[in-house]
Amino acid sequence: MCTLEKRGPLFVLTLTSEDDEQHRLNPTLLSSLLAALSQVKSQATAATALVTTAQGRFFCNGFDFSWARAAADPHVARLRLRCMSDSLRPVIAVLLSLPIPTVAAVTGHAAAAGAVLALAHDYVLMRGDRGVLYMPELDLGITLPDYFAAIMRAKVAAARDLVLAGRKVRAEEAVEMGIVRSAHDSAESTAEAAMRLGEELARKEWVGEAYAEIRRSLYPEVCDVLGLAPKSFVSKI
Amino acid sequence: MCSLEKRGNVWVLTLDGEDPQHRFNPTLIDSLLSALSRLASQATPGSVLLTTGHGKFFSNGFDLPWVRAAAATSSAATDRLQSLVDSFRPVVAAILSLPMPTIAAVNGHASAAGFLLAISHDYVLMRADRGVLYMAEVDLGLPLPDYFAAVMRSKIRSPATLRDVVLGGAKVTAGEAVKMGIVESAHDSAESTVEAAMRLGEVLARRKWMGEVYAEIRKSLNPQACKVLGLSQKAIVSKI
Repeated sequence: MCTLEKRGPLFVLTLTSEDDEQHRLNPTLLSSLLAALSQVKSQATAATALVTTAQGRFFCNGFDFSWARAAADPHVARLRLRCMSDSLRPVIAVLLSLPIPTVAAVTGHAAAAGAVLALAHDYVLMRGDRGVLYMPELDLGITLPDYFAAIMRAKVAAARDLVLAGRKVRAEEAVEMGIVRSAHDSAESTAEAAMRLGEELARKEWVGEAYAEIRRSLYPEVCDVLGLAPKSFVSKI
Repeated sequence: MCSLEKRGNVWVLTLDGEDPQHRFNPTLIDSLLSALSRLASQATPGSVLLTTGHGKFFSNGFDLPWVRAAAATSSAATDRLQSLVDSFRPVVAAILSLPMPTIAAVNGHASAAGFLLAISHDYVLMRADRGVLYMAEVDLGLPLPDYFAAVMRSKIRSPATLRDVVLGGAKVTAGEAVKMGIVESAHDSAESTVEAAMRLGEVLARRKWMGEVYAEIRKSLNPQACKVLGLSQKAIVSKI
């Protein structure tokens, strides 16, 4: 599950551990994320920002394969996987269309769909003492959903190393690769730095509609795949 | 306004005139377009374009005072801004299809459309003692015109740099821009920037590349920007 709270100028979205410390994305967590982000979208004003973080050692370990495999029938298991992939899509779409800056505090492992969730934010900060960004699809023998690949192409210059080599990338390496903005020495300091960055960005008081449109124009392929259409010209001139 | 003069093989296009910020209004845009089309028609193997500005600014982007002036309503201002966006498009298209190497010597601030003009050149040299590259749109609350975004995406290949510059409104000095791979080299004054650009221009001129081939190869490296700008690839051009 996840919680959403307002701390001063920040919306803080936290993946919580009561059910699963790996925060695997199953239908319950996915609908909870979508509801929280839709709330952020409707309540966002200029001078706010989103910070997404997680409790414990994991940021998010991807789709909940144990839930998918719990279906005895392999056909049903595949449908469950498909269902999770379809349900994450609108979550990513909302993230990319939020009218405010977004910051992910990657406080632990972020794998597969969990890495996609992190990279869908404008800024990614990560703890350096443990945890990796990891796209395990190749190791697992699963193909990438179209929007996973689109996000990787848009956000990761060295997409080959992450996606086609299944490299486990620690924070320092991720900074060198330009994926992560900064590495921090603990989960707490990562979250704190993300809050500071979020506050700094909120103080810019950017016009939300223009911010979202500029973001969209930077990632046209991702937006095509996610079905996010451009809006007409907005201006405060 | 702008002036065009030939120094050896290098054509020097200088943004000058009464406005020290060289903001793009219909007059300056017309003047740029006619200079660029004259250049395209007079190009010979070995021609090079060097674009620079007079004074402290390269260009401060669209002439927003002109947009706001004489516009009684905000919709009239929006129409004026849109007319600048539309008329600047062929300027960028002309630079990206110019049949010769292009160099921008950024002698001072280059913001918004001014930054776009600079980065549309094949090589950008910049003074380090003052001036920044700055995409001001996010701070101004303006969306990016499609071709602005396309050219930025095509010229800035690092996702983090693209984000910082376009979505973060970072004001980038020459030294930082060199590290980001946006600027070729930083120099300690406007004069030394132009001198270095002249030297680079002469080096490029000596290659005597075929202009038509050069333009086609450039277009093929920036297909998305060319598509948005309406520039099509020509059939195979060859001197073999």
